[in-house]
Amino acid sequence: MAESIPVGHGSDDADHGEHGGHHEMTFGEKYIFPLDHKMISMQYMFTGMFMAIIGGFFAYAFRMQLAFPGMEVPGWGHVSPADYNSLVTNHGTIMIFWVAMPVLIAAFGNYLIPLMIGADDMVFPKINRLSYQIFLLSAVIILAAFFVEGGAFGGAWTAYPPLSTKAEYNLTPLGQTFWIVAVALEFVAFLLGGINFITTAMNSRAPGMKMWDIPMVVWMIVIASILFMLSVGPLLAGGIMMIFDQQVGTAFFDPDQGGDPVLWQHLFWFFGHPEVYVVLLPAVGIVAEVITVFSRKKLFGYKTILYTAIGTGVLSFTVWAHHQFISGIDPRMANVFTVTTLLISVPIAEMMFVYIATLYGGSITLTTPMLWALSFIFEFLIGGITGIFLGASGNDIFLHDTYFVLAHFHYTFYPIAIIGTFAGFTFWFPKMFGRMMNDGLGKLHFWLTVIPFNLIFLPLFVLGTAGQHRRIFDYTNFPDLALPWMQDLRVLATVSLCVMLGAQLIFFYNVITSWMSGPTAGKNPWNSNTLEWTATSPPPHGNWPEGLPTCYRGPYEYSVEGRESDFWPQDEPA
Amino acid sequence: MSARPIATTRSTSGMPTPRLAVWWVIASEIVIFGGLLGSYIMHRIAHGAWAEHAANTNVYFGTTNTFVLLTSSLFAVLAHQAAERGEGKKAANLLYLVIGGGAIFLAIKATEWSMEISHGMTITANTFWSFYYTAAGIHALHVVAGMIIMLFVAQTAKRNEELHRVEIIGIYWHFVDVVWIFLFPLLYIAK
Repeated sequence: MAESIPVGHGSDDADHGEHGGHHEMTFGEKYIFPLDHKMISMQYMFTGMFMAIIGGFFAYAFRMQLAFPGMEVPGWGHVSPADYNSLVTNHGTIMIFWVAMPVLIAAFGNYLIPLMIGADDMVFPKINRLSYQIFLLSAVIILAAFFVEGGAFGGAWTAYPPLSTKAEYNLTPLGQTFWIVAVALEFVAFLLGGINFITTAMNSRAPGMKMWDIPMVVWMIVIASILFMLSVGPLLAGGIMMIFDQQVGTAFFDPDQGGDPVLWQHLFWFFGHPEVYVVLLPAVGIVAEVITVFSRKKLFGYKTILYTAIGTGVLSFTVWAHHQFISGIDPRMANVFTVTTLLISVPIAEMMFVYIATLYGGSITLTTPMLWALSFIFEFLIGGITGIFLGASGNDIFLHDTYFVLAHFHYTFYPIAIIGTFAGFTFWFPKMFGRMMNDGLGKLHFWLTVIPFNLIFLPLFVLGTAGQHRRIFDYTNFPDLALPWMQDLRVLATVSLCVMLGAQLIFFYNVITSWMSGPTAGKNPWNSNTLEWTATSPPPHGNWPEGLPTCYRGPYEYSVEGRESDFWPQDEPA
Repeated sequence: MSARPIATTRSTSGMPTPRLAVWWVIASEIVIFGGLLGSYIMHRIAHGAWAEHAANTNVYFGTTNTFVLLTSSLFAVLAHQAAERGEGKKAANLLYLVIGGGAIFLAIKATEWSMEISHGMTITANTFWSFYYTAAGIHALHVVAGMIIMLFVAQTAKRNEELHRVEIIGIYWHFVDVVWIFLFPLLYIAK
């Protein structure tokens, strides 16, 4: 930390030329240990995509087991009960901590914050690099657990003790500690990154950029980073307690010796629920950028979205026990948490209305990023509405730990982590790589991802309501849950998953061919207002070698009356 | 290595970036210790029997350590004042005194722990002792981290360079001090 603390004064353009990169950088400086925020962003992006492939492969392996119990799964082999547990546990952990977090917060945050606020880099480039390195280490540890004795941890991504703290129960004496160490390191990486994001957005904005001129996605990533920072601490402390319970022999979470297993649930969900909004808000921000550009309209209610985001953030600290309605908490407490949980749907609903109002009367162009953004609104709505069913404690007692819950949170996380990411990636691809993506292939990929997604999880709502419990290896052992129609729905979900995973090949093909030989994008292919589109595509190290931009107006001045062009870049003098 | 980006030298919020950043570091630390101490307090209320175990902590060691840490914080303030006046050499010497304070704190802690462990009060003896060693241990790690960073800061300050760092590490050191101010009554005084 000491190394990169700067002098707190100095004029804006004093050492500009130097930072612009006069000397040729070696391969290592540029790609392996970069300080440039854009390269670090790409490291996060591609590590996240790699982890998404692994997480998707895990889903494929355990879904095959559920649809065709006992089969030899191509690519994995026979799925044993222990394998099944490790697969579902690590699918969940990886998809949230090693896919949603690095891509939505770290990759987009790193790429967009300096470019959108008109800065040449993050305020602490070396801490930024350190953040990625710790993150990479954590990714290696979570995957390494599969190769140690006993295999990877299989006690669910929530890691409830005593299952997660006693090797005689979970049978993964090393895997359990690998899991918690990897998660804790990942948190440290994102704390470092988050401090960088917050201070950069607070302190390094272009001259003239006031609070209300900051693009929504930057606001959202900053609010998400603050939420993360304020919620993860107790779980980090809990993680240390868990490591001690596993390896030193303390009994923080062991009721036999005076500990309390529910304490972990409180620490976990005190973080776990704000975490939903930590990943949601950046996706909401990305969607805001995409729909304003492609409906050529000013964002309806800039401040409304901002205040609802802050309101959501504050409320998100008061809802955590709705995950614990059947964990023996006081029923009177359950009432309180039901009320706060239902309340939190109000600001989220308001955001959705703001988007619909932005779209209303706009000149909408259905490009690939726009399709993703629109489907985000549609799919997330299903996730949000089914959440109200679960938030009501009386109803939750029936639905708790069924596939209804599973389908619900996939309808929230999937729009966030996958649809939101694709919206952002296809939207900023021209800026990142200087070339346009193939729109036809992009749309094919879109439909072949979104339709199968619904066919995976809609059946699971039905199965969950019929009583299908989560985390069961083989339903044929439960006659009530092995009825032919239920098995048919499981097969439908699994086949849809395979189609969806296969469709990702189209995406990778599109990325590679467009990157190599797509049409050149130019600076501003979408006629967008925000500052990143005034840099060359891709921007060089230092972003604007000719001098950093000045900001004159808000980011959403589209179709302003009396102007010839329907957009008004933020850096254009009045 | 390239020079510092312009981003680092800007100050839109009016607060210098390093000071702003260290406050955010402290915000994240507060919730880490908050979660730990919150868990401890909830347990303590639920288990009246812990008072017996808590009675074995040594108030004299605790008080001395409180005094040592507070004194070292005074030196951190004096170092900051010296740095403001541009006296890097003096600031560095005062920082060495702060590091010395940290070392005395750790030495006392080590003696205290050795005595307790030799009397069977180990981290696994009871959940009270688990909390005792975990909380004080994490705090001690922060003391060590602060001392190491301060060593680097003193090295540059001695050459009259990067004097603003003296203030930043001082803020962090005061925070470590404040954490102890919470730990001391919770672990030693509340019997």
